[in-house]
Amino acid sequence: MALIRNGFLAADGYSPVPADAPLPATGPLLLTLPQWQAWRTELIERGTPVGVRLASDEHPEALAADTNHLSLIALEFPSFRDGRAYSYARLLRDRFGYTGELRAVGDVLPDQLLYMQRVGFDAFEIDSNDPVADYEDAIGGFSVVYQPSGDERVPALRLRHG
Amino acid sequence: MYRYDEFDHQLVTERVEQFRKQVDRRLAGKLTEDQFKPLRLMNGLYLQLHAYMLRVNVPYGVLSARQLRKLADIARRYDRGYGHFTTRQNIQYNWVSLADTPDILADLATVEMNAMQSSGNCVRNITADPFAGRARDEIEDPRVWCELIRQYSILNPEFAYLPRKFKIAVTGAPNDRAAVGVHDIGLRMHHDADGRPGFEVLVGGGQGRTPVIGKTIRDWIEPEEILAYIEAILRVYNLHGRRDNLYKARIKILVNALGIDKFREMVDAEWEAIRGQGLTVPEAEQARIAQYFRPPAWASLRDIDAELELQATADPAFGAWLNSNVSAHKAPGYAIVSLSLKAPGREPGDLSADKMDAVATLADLYSLGELRVTHRQNLVLPDVRQADLKELFRELVSLELATPNIGLLTDMIACPGLDYCALANARSIPVAQDISRHFTAVDKLQEIGALSINISGCMNACGHHHVGNIGILGVDKKGKEFFQITLGGASDQNATLGDRLGPGLPQAEVPGAIEAIVDTYLAQRESEQETFLATYRRVGIDPFKTAVYGEEPVRRVA
Amino acid sequence: MTQVLTANRLDDGRVVFLTPTGDWSPDLNDACTVSDDDAAQELSAVGALAEAACTVIGPYLIEVLEDEGQLQAAAIREAIRAAGPTVQAGQF
Ligand code: SF4
Repeated sequence: MALIRNGFLAADGYSPVPADAPLPATGPLLLTLPQWQAWRTELIERGTPVGVRLASDEHPEALAADTNHLSLIALEFPSFRDGRAYSYARLLRDRFGYTGELRAVGDVLPDQLLYMQRVGFDAFEIDSNDPVADYEDAIGGFSVVYQPSGDERVPALRLRHG
Repeated sequence: MYRYDEFDHQLVTERVEQFRKQVDRRLAGKLTEDQFKPLRLMNGLYLQLHAYMLRVNVPYGVLSARQLRKLADIARRYDRGYGHFTTRQNIQYNWVSLADTPDILADLATVEMNAMQSSGNCVRNITADPFAGRARDEIEDPRVWCELIRQYSILNPEFAYLPRKFKIAVTGAPNDRAAVGVHDIGLRMHHDADGRPGFEVLVGGGQGRTPVIGKTIRDWIEPEEILAYIEAILRVYNLHGRRDNLYKARIKILVNALGIDKFREMVDAEWEAIRGQGLTVPEAEQARIAQYFRPPAWASLRDIDAELELQATADPAFGAWLNSNVSAHKAPGYAIVSLSLKAPGREPGDLSADKMDAVATLADLYSLGELRVTHRQNLVLPDVRQADLKELFRELVSLELATPNIGLLTDMIACPGLDYCALANARSIPVAQDISRHFTAVDKLQEIGALSINISGCMNACGHHHVGNIGILGVDKKGKEFFQITLGGASDQNATLGDRLGPGLPQAEVPGAIEAIVDTYLAQRESEQETFLATYRRVGIDPFKTAVYGEEPVRRVA
Repeated sequence: MTQVLTANRLDDGRVVFLTPTGDWSPDLNDACTVSDDDAAQELSAVGALAEAACTVIGPYLIEVLEDEGQLQAAAIREAIRAAGPTVQAGQF
């Protein structure tokens, strides 16, 4: 598994916490939603980087009030065919104002990176021999888009009219 | 019709190149079939019974003569010299190879066509009234909005992996020729008191295993807000539609499970959150697209009803054709001509490359170079001068495209069925052929009047059997093909689902059963004006049951 | 029960059958027939390898009948797959 962040190979830096384990004393953590909810107050006070990994049936609304406190949200694709996380990503970015790292995890295929990037993901955990090349291939393939989707690309229907 | 600008060209070209690379990776063994399948499907490529099948979009059924020539060329170069027009107003090639597909797509791009999202769990080709912009009964030309929705849906990143496929149909006429009631979203255009257009939105219609007529979720949406409203529906569906069971994944199941009121509440909440932002259609863009759909330069002519009547009396064959295959046009002195792809004994919807070329020539000569594809699998010349009808008729007769049966019993819809389709239970085409050979007498067909027979080879209902006045569904019973008949379906503005008549029949008995049904109708109808459907709705299913199965309830194998 | 292994060829999608020499032929009569479970499993294993090697897609066993030296697929679906559509396509 490789992690691509903003187009570059990156070290993860966040550690998951095993179920039933106590809250570790330090370090950037990647928590499940229940863990975050249990340790929320303490972690906000502590101020170290915290990420939450949402399962595909956990609606990001659960984090709507916390987007300022989180530096990573990972959304799970249980199968590449399950497209819920595309909408979750848009809600997190457009509705809940989340600006931190939004990471796609699970069954993430190189051919889907463009779509994921367009809805707001900026980090991807992919299984690939050459993840940077895959990423660049996928993202660079299109210079025209037809619809706004939360990214900075300007859709054709606006470009046409200046 | 709409013409691509630099942006459209660029996008399609980039898409072809993307797919070319994906095909290369697949052929080189770098993608598994499991990974490749959704990619090829979203480029219109299926694997059917015998080979790959490529489904090419005909956006809302509008086609130019130039495009049809290219379709003919593709049929010859990459396929076996023919194509099949479908109930989604598209064309399918049955014998393409994977390695050729990127080249086919590149060829299509030269005439501003593509196969993007003609399959897959995404928004499919937008369908519309095939008479859009021409029909005399039309309130508003829906094609501008179809094009806007088409562009909105193409490569839409958020909705490429919906729970299931998603079909949108649009009509701007009170007589619904687009079957909007059996689509995931159906749009009907109306005018308000000031004559301004707007949309009535239906949601949750569909066929397949669980047929449902769509329900009105909103009776008025301002046109410039339609994309935002569609996005709200798509988002609610993407988030809440079922993904655990293929057969319960369509939006109709979600709407039924929540109830239309709850579903509306969710959509409205979503809509409120995104209203008035990036999806509001800019006026300039609306105007830009509208100019492509301005009426062509029709000559100022007068209707020539009296003359046509004289010609019809002199030539009854012409008269019969005029009666059934020619429809009223907005512009005086013009007519809309339907070309029947249902000659007796033919495969419904199929057309050879040579005939495609011939039809393209006729479109140039007689119809300002434009054509339409109908969801009943016929072609249309939308701008024919009434004064040319007689001559055009002669040309069409020699091409076997003038069978006077549009809207009549032998104008059957038939899906490809077990002759081509990997999902089929039974063959649809031979059943249609049998029926069309059984009912060849033109006077008899005209006497019977408006009657739709729709045939599907399995529960997926691509042949729209649920909404045929007579529906025929192929089923498999212990390895044998049987056909279940339904009666009373309709896909127009008063859409209904058919009722099952009784146990399935073997293929050989189907034409006889249809004859018994038709004879019962003729005996029961109150006047020649009472259509089959009206009679059925009045008298119910019992007399038809008796006519087909006899007085005693019969037990059969199927 | 006599069985053969069928699939679609990857590049052109055509229906093919596994032959005794390990090739794939569009002709059902070239197919390698087996009549016991072990042999059928061996065919399937060859098919799985061919799929992994991207020669064919979706190999599976079908039942065939032998009639005067000619093989005939038992199920109508497979008979149509082996012989092509039963309608005269492309004549119109
Ligand atoms: S209705 Fe069934 S048999 Fe007919 S085309 Fe659709 S899936 Fe195939």
